[in-house]
Amino acid sequence: MEKYVCNICGYVYDPEQGDQDGGIAPGTAFADLPEGWICPICGSGKDEFVPA
Amino acid sequence: MADVYKAVKLTDRVYWVGAIDWTIRDFHGYTTRRGSTYNAYLIMADKITLVDTVKAPFKEELFSRIASVVNPKDIQIIVSNHSEMDHSGSLADTIELVDPEKVVASTMGAKTLQDLFHLDREIISVKDGDALSLGNMELRFLETRMLHWPDSMFSYLPEEEILFSQDAFGMHLASSERFDDEIDPAILQYEGATYFANILLPYSPLITRLIGRVAASGMTFKYIAPDHGPVWRKDIGGIVGKYAAWAAQKPTPKAVVVYGTMWHSTERMARAISEGLAAVGAIAKCMSMDVFHRSDVAYEVLDAGALVVGSSTLNNNMLPQIADVLTYLKGLRPVNLGGASFGSYGWSGEAPGQITDILKEMKIEVMAEPIKVQHVPREDDLARCYALGGDIALQLRRNKEVA
Repeated sequence: MEKYVCNICGYVYDPEQGDQDGGIAPGTAFADLPEGWICPICGSGKDEFVPA
Repeated sequence: MADVYKAVKLTDRVYWVGAIDWTIRDFHGYTTRRGSTYNAYLIMADKITLVDTVKAPFKEELFSRIASVVNPKDIQIIVSNHSEMDHSGSLADTIELVDPEKVVASTMGAKTLQDLFHLDREIISVKDGDALSLGNMELRFLETRMLHWPDSMFSYLPEEEILFSQDAFGMHLASSERFDDEIDPAILQYEGATYFANILLPYSPLITRLIGRVAASGMTFKYIAPDHGPVWRKDIGGIVGKYAAWAAQKPTPKAVVVYGTMWHSTERMARAISEGLAAVGAIAKCMSMDVFHRSDVAYEVLDAGALVVGSSTLNNNMLPQIADVLTYLKGLRPVNLGGASFGSYGWSGEAPGQITDILKEMKIEVMAEPIKVQHVPREDDLARCYALGGDIALQLRRNKEVA
């Protein structure tokens, strides 16, 4: 599964890790993140992310 | 405690109690030729509140200005809008002196302050939209993550219509005058833009969104009180409008020609390109990295349409001063730029190609093939450089006319 990087702060979403603080289980693909999910570092929405 | 340092009144209930740093010239790599201030604010509410502190060496100045209004030990709440050390460096000592009831920061701020200062007390975290009662007044919080750190937030005091905006709307400008209407507008424009270009530029999309959020919130402002430079009380619409424009980074017919040279050959190319730019109606800023600072280049790039970079080739590489400015600009992530590269060389000539590779990484649209000249440029080489300048000027003017 592809990693995605936040254009604003550089955080990398790694599907293997998920986002524990955001309630995202490991193994969740970027495309399957809920629409309201935000970058855990800077609060940007999914539309600020691009494939790493 | 030296008592020469007094508070400055914003309103009957709110005072500036910050520090003036007349001598700082290097702010982590950003040249601050006019010094700076570290602003802190005292709110004389039922629960006396301090908003931000100052850089560590200036804590006595902070305490003295507070003491000109009230005994510092009477402060009950400390709010940290931004964790960076120029605003939090005195926090641990202030907490020790004041022993406040509460120390408040954003969620990320509470974490960052602990990482920075390893405090032995809890920082209370507040979220976007939370309000904190100060008794007869209240503070409302707006998270402004990545403007310009993850912890950054604004605090708004509706009773006095004051926005405490931490680094946003600030500038590095040491002055005894505390308000925008007391200072030459040209200096405010220059230092405000330089601050934006060097600190906030990478987060431009967030600024555009934030301005929309603030406008939609219905908040009204009599004062915008940033953490550096003067407090805005007259031209609030002006500085907010400029932020919107700077964040949009709409290119103008202006090109920044940045170069490093060893024996003046690359310099002659830079000057020919600049002449060509001007001849076809663009503004050219020709900047030798031997005399200009990287933060001057950032200022010029803010409203430019093109970045043209030249370097001699030294031991198969670009000159270190060009690597420096390109690394710096890459981090600032300017958008809507075209670019090109050039340079003189002795035998290998890698630098212009290396520069073009970096321009591509920066998502700068490459407008022309690199121009390389072996040793000293001949007339026809300079003519090629002049033509490159003219071609870039034409493209910039066409973009402007299309827009």
